[in-house]
Amino acid sequence: MDMPTPDAAILSRKSKIVERLRAALPQAAVIHDEAEVRAYECDALTAYRCPPLAVVLPATTEEVAIALRICHAEGVPVVPRGSGTSLAGGALPTADSVILGVSRMNKVLETDYDNRFIRVQTGRTNLSVTGAVEQEDFFYAPDPSSQLACAIAGNIAMNSGGAHCLKYGVTTNNLMGVTMVTMDGTVMEIGGAHLDAGGYDLLGVICGSEGQLGVVTEATLRILRKPEGARPVLIGFDSNEVAGACVSDIIKAGVLPVAIEFMDRPCIEATEAFAKAGYPMCEALLIVEVEGSPAEIDEQLGLIAQIARRHDPVELREAQSEDEAKRIWLGRKSAFGAMGQINDYMCLDGTIPVSSLPYVLKRIGEMSKDYGLGVANVFHAGDGNMHPLILFDANKPGDLELCEAFGADILKLCVEVGGCLTGEHGVGIEKRDLMTTQFAPADLEAQMRVKDVFDPAWLLNPAKVFPLSVSRERRERQVAA
Amino acid sequence: MSSPATETELSEKVAGAKGPLRVVGGGTRPVGRPVAGELVSVKGLAGIDLYEPGALTLVAKAGTPLAEVEGALAAEGQRLPFEPMDHRALLGTSGDPTIGGVVAANVSGPRRIQSGACRDSLIGVRFVDGSGAVVKNGGRVMKNVTGYDLVKLMAGSWGTLGILTEVAFKVLPAPEAAATLAIGGLGDRQAVEAMAVGLGSPFEVTGAAHLPDEGRTLLRIEGFAASVAYRAGRLAELLAPFGTVEVEDGADQVGQQWARIRDVAAFVGRPGDVWRISVKPTDAPDLAARTGGDVLFDWGGGLIWALVPEGTDLRARLGAFAGHATLVRASAETRARIAPFHPEPPPVAAVAAALKAKFDPRGILNPGLMTA
Repeated sequence: MDMPTPDAAILSRKSKIVERLRAALPQAAVIHDEAEVRAYECDALTAYRCPPLAVVLPATTEEVAIALRICHAEGVPVVPRGSGTSLAGGALPTADSVILGVSRMNKVLETDYDNRFIRVQTGRTNLSVTGAVEQEDFFYAPDPSSQLACAIAGNIAMNSGGAHCLKYGVTTNNLMGVTMVTMDGTVMEIGGAHLDAGGYDLLGVICGSEGQLGVVTEATLRILRKPEGARPVLIGFDSNEVAGACVSDIIKAGVLPVAIEFMDRPCIEATEAFAKAGYPMCEALLIVEVEGSPAEIDEQLGLIAQIARRHDPVELREAQSEDEAKRIWLGRKSAFGAMGQINDYMCLDGTIPVSSLPYVLKRIGEMSKDYGLGVANVFHAGDGNMHPLILFDANKPGDLELCEAFGADILKLCVEVGGCLTGEHGVGIEKRDLMTTQFAPADLEAQMRVKDVFDPAWLLNPAKVFPLSVSRERRERQVAA
Repeated sequence: MSSPATETELSEKVAGAKGPLRVVGGGTRPVGRPVAGELVSVKGLAGIDLYEPGALTLVAKAGTPLAEVEGALAAEGQRLPFEPMDHRALLGTSGDPTIGGVVAANVSGPRRIQSGACRDSLIGVRFVDGSGAVVKNGGRVMKNVTGYDLVKLMAGSWGTLGILTEVAFKVLPAPEAAATLAIGGLGDRQAVEAMAVGLGSPFEVTGAAHLPDEGRTLLRIEGFAASVAYRAGRLAELLAPFGTVEVEDGADQVGQQWARIRDVAAFVGRPGDVWRISVKPTDAPDLAARTGGDVLFDWGGGLIWALVPEGTDLRARLGAFAGHATLVRASAETRARIAPFHPEPPPVAAVAAALKAKFDPRGILNPGLMTA
């Protein structure tokens, strides 16, 4: 994965830049020791690493603004960082960049149950947002699987989803307002406790902009009352086609499950060996979860079972107790851990139209044979967001490159059938060079114009999202300036 | 007037334009500052391109009549989740609203509090920018974080950043049944409290409105029949401290009731300007009192509709508040004099102006409609 050559002039000015930051910020907020900055050399895409010039960990919005003003004046690129759990390299530094981490900013600022929102500093983790309101039986809906560790700042940057977004939407549908600092240190308030924008929907374009438009320091998030209960059903099929048809029929029948998860045979085998959840050995397995009162759940699951039986399932298992519900989810939740036991793996997250599911799985199987690399599929079937896990051996020369080539072919296939490169992980550096398969030059130009507005010098996370060749002129324009 | 039949024709039209263009869909929502310019209609770009009920996805050309989209969805027992308002009666317009117009104005209805606004269901757009370039963003899948989300930027930009040619939605099943719970005689403050109790319950309230004129506060529940009956009962128990709760569950009656709220029927045919105020629900009663006019509350109080004497500068009456007020109905003279869209703080206004300049460098798309 190419990254721009670090700016030698910035590297040579390191001590002056660090000095300016230290003079303006509290001692503890600036890290510049070579050994210490190494802790920030990568995110969860660990195949790529590069220690930054320095790391700044502000405690307030004002300190974020001070740090950005200095970096802006010095022409130093800034890479914003939440908890560093990006699977796409969104927080990967370059040697000439300053990491700006919001991890020390994790306070709850306001909780309002009458108006159903919470305002937090964005270093707060996703799960601890729910943690702050669950004593009143409320929750924050987006639930990326890294929710124990990932920060709201990163959720906003990547517009994170989760397993339950078929019903509750993704981050952008649950974000009401932000305090954001732009690269020149300007602090902006966008949105708030009221709904929708009075003018252009800037909140909508900030969410998912991968830390390239500004650093979001505070967020107003919609909170919801927890449902009375939830219960899953497990349904096994002897073909992917039939499982796909069943998903479509459930949706057409007017049921809106809170989650529909799909696992294929390689994934079932791996998770069963690892977690022993008691899954049936079959070609495709669905976990469908519905919410409501016990009677409402019974009614919905009854309807789902009726539809499933029309498709001759090899197994149909309703959870009769809390314990059984946990066992049904156990395998799905251990899927990634199980794959990690077998081998190194790369997790993709392209989205496809649900109707293309059987074709795409068949093609992935064929490609797997061609590349000689195993792949297991686990999948948010209700919304078409796939998570193929490609197995490779990081210690075997050439295997990572082979895996990346296979991954790129799968993502191209997703685009070809009418889907997209990434459903919830973001582009980062990982899918940056594939953007031209999904977007025409005019499409990318329109997106880059938005960055021109918020960050004319292209200093915020500049080497991400857009292919380097496409963004070069803009990035180098600022170097010249 | 021109009415291009294809996206390419539209693109050529814009690229070759010598002056300002006034862009319209069905022309049923004359909101904003009056625009002078050559009329360009997107009505020639019509038709549903793709509808997959099993994937909850619909893609249509921007000029497709809204009625055609809603009809196709209804035939499969589905609907647009955000319940778009019909502005015709309130604004005294006629014609067929288009799906592109709904997006350009980010039109939502009472269900916005539960299912989100138009922008939340919108998953893809194609548009022609001010230079004539054709741009696509998003797509036809509901989970998509590939590149920046210009889909939301286009929703509610009233044709000032680009002319929409195609829009894609996530749709939802239409419910089997619906019920309205009604409480009489509540003051505005009590009503907002009662609606907060309902909206903060696990019973999935999809509408919460307070109509001071009728002296009624209404909450809506939708879903499978048995579930609606169950939740209506539980909710009625929760709301009992606020007064007698009546449950109405006739499909026609419930449908008409919420269509009247959605379309602000209470102000139809009455003289005066109509404003729409978005605010934190618990701030609504005080703010509504400051309007000095007739009001009704939707979105649990988060949306105030106010009817005030013609030419009133309502923002001067309201003073500073967290939220925004939009002048929806007024004479052309008033709309030219009083900014219809809420003025934004300087850093935000600067970003908005810069975006307009980037997407429409010649300033020819609906110039002045949103900001002077």
